[in-house]
Amino acid sequence: MHNAEERRPVIQVTGLKKQYKLGQIGGGTLTHDLQSWWARVRGKEDPNTVIGTDARLFGQTFMALNGVDLTVYQGEALGIIGRNGAGKSTLLKILSRITAPTEGEIRLRGRVASMLEVGTGFNNEMTGRENIYMNGAILGMTKAEVDAKLDQIIEFSECGEFIDTPVKRYSSGMFVKLAFAVAAHLDSEIMVMDEVLAVGDMKFQQKCLGKMSDVAGQEGRTVLYVSHNMSTIRQLCTRCIVLDKGRVIFDGDVEKAIAVYMETTDVNVVHYDLTSVSRMTGSAGKRLRLETLDFVDKESSVFADDEPMRVRITWRVSEPFAGVNMKLNLHYRDSTPVGITHPVDLGPAVPGRLYTTEFSFDPSLLGEGQYFFYLDIFDGALAQAVCLDKPVTEFAFEVTNSDLSMPEWAAGWGRVHFPAVKLLAGGAEG
Amino acid sequence: MADNKRPAAGEWTTVIRPRTGWFDLDLRELWQYRDLIVMFVKRNFTVLYKQTILGPAWIILNPLITTVLFNVVFGGLAGLSTDGTPSFLFYMAGNTVWTFFSTCINNTANTFVANSQVFGKVYFPRLTTPISQVLTSLINFLIQFVMFALFWAGFALSGAPLRLTAWVAALPLVVLEVMLLGLGVGIIVSSLTTKYRDLAIAVSFGVQLWMYISPVVYPLSSLGESPRLRALMQLNPMTAPIEVFRLATLGSGTVSAGGLAYSLVFTLAALAVGVVLFSRIEKTFMDTV
Repeated sequence: MHNAEERRPVIQVTGLKKQYKLGQIGGGTLTHDLQSWWARVRGKEDPNTVIGTDARLFGQTFMALNGVDLTVYQGEALGIIGRNGAGKSTLLKILSRITAPTEGEIRLRGRVASMLEVGTGFNNEMTGRENIYMNGAILGMTKAEVDAKLDQIIEFSECGEFIDTPVKRYSSGMFVKLAFAVAAHLDSEIMVMDEVLAVGDMKFQQKCLGKMSDVAGQEGRTVLYVSHNMSTIRQLCTRCIVLDKGRVIFDGDVEKAIAVYMETTDVNVVHYDLTSVSRMTGSAGKRLRLETLDFVDKESSVFADDEPMRVRITWRVSEPFAGVNMKLNLHYRDSTPVGITHPVDLGPAVPGRLYTTEFSFDPSLLGEGQYFFYLDIFDGALAQAVCLDKPVTEFAFEVTNSDLSMPEWAAGWGRVHFPAVKLLAGGAEG
Repeated sequence: MADNKRPAAGEWTTVIRPRTGWFDLDLRELWQYRDLIVMFVKRNFTVLYKQTILGPAWIILNPLITTVLFNVVFGGLAGLSTDGTPSFLFYMAGNTVWTFFSTCINNTANTFVANSQVFGKVYFPRLTTPISQVLTSLINFLIQFVMFALFWAGFALSGAPLRLTAWVAALPLVVLEVMLLGLGVGIIVSSLTTKYRDLAIAVSFGVQLWMYISPVVYPLSSLGESPRLRALMQLNPMTAPIEVFRLATLGSGTVSAGGLAYSLVFTLAALAVGVVLFSRIEKTFMDTV
């Protein structure tokens, strides 16, 4: 670490707040606005609210960030963790000047390079080399700066032979490598990254993490990194904050922060309203929308491992479907993926009706501990699934051990509790 | 900021605050991103002509076909006056200026909607996109202007009654004005389309209608007998630039100092309103998509 004694603040966030209006969807048409107005005048339901939006929430506001104070010093690699909806992405968006805060201010020293997505602004028709210039320019570099770093970027990207081929012929892995290479070589004082390392192969991920550590440790630049992957947070960050409900609830040591983060799992919630939570992708929740999820007949979502979990969901569609598939994506509470369930078909659906589906899940294969799942509803087979809805809500639950002959679950056992092996034949020789 | 120098201790380089004020245009920042504008212009061309057979030849074919069409329909069938100038050059002059103006508007009018993906992920001065669009249109215009000049020379050599006037010196200004007017109107529309998508459809239709109240297929002088109609035409800020263009290159056109001044003031006003609206929308646009 260089100039550790200096401790020069490069980012100073004071009293930062960001308010969103619920139910407000932009990009309407004049006719829609008139329709909505006419419906309100007659006291009817607005035909243009997103299907399933609770009318009571319409016009209410929601504080994505509710008073964040934070000082980041030069050369720090700061991890930002928190449950979905805690405000991480909003904080990064304000820092990268994509949206303006409602209150408070941020002071910065130097340029911010934000990588909220890899390959922003990449154009499929242009070659790798042209895209390096394009992407560099979008991220705020001048042509001369890109010229100076071009060889380094190409070398880091491992795409040397294909650099003059249009990127539409690239594999997705090459695409990511090239995009990351540009961003990592930016000459900015502050780098902001949102889980961009989640893509790409393991070897390249490690290379990127190494590069980021160098950027912070040796080059004295400052890195802000958001991830759900605690192992990359451990590897890269020197300090970590935990966000919860728009506030910083912990600031300091990485290990302690991860411990605090894990405590934020809430197993006391058995009813979830999904109408206004955000979705994993932009198109999710439009053609089909989940409205509620309940753990049936439970006061807390704690299950003995021999007790089947009963879950009830309600959903609507805005176009007819012959059938839609559902699967659960299971994660341990530190967000390590555990597995997925085999897809089931929820059956045909037509617009205008509220569908209720109840299903059970057998948690007996899970070792003791706290987990959560995402609900993923998609169209088509698993191989070419088109996501219809996937709320960012983590449905938390806890599995307890009912078999008293089993000792407490040990850390090195992984998460899956397989059934006992079947003995096929045996006996002593002779 | 363009160099690698780190700012000295004690000085903050950027302050991010809630949206305040009406007019906040950072020209210095825009200048720092000039390379991005150049890249965008390059991209606009690449995207437009990739996977077309004729490629950039369209830049020339388009106005050529339109001019021939105007010549047949308005000159031949309708028999509209062309002020004694060769009708082919008359229509080509009007169409060249008009195409420049209309592409400026049409290509900037969907700035926010077309770029929402990129705008949601990375910050750069948003004005770089519409500016790159009008520069793309400018390059197309210059190519078409060269074609016009060649036809002009051809007609002059074959003895057509053409004369250049001193107004030629004003051509760069006219071109600049048309570009800024297109930019101004375009970014006003683009800011409003974030709320009302209908406008995106209305604008291309509206621009077509606008052409017919501009002296593109007929000269302003042909309205001589109807002073009221003529006064109405003078309210159109595109009237003066087209007439100046024809006066300069063909030697016939009706230009008044008042009309010219009005057109310039209108352009600057549209541009100012556009920038104000645009800079207000760009800060909160991402919250409403």
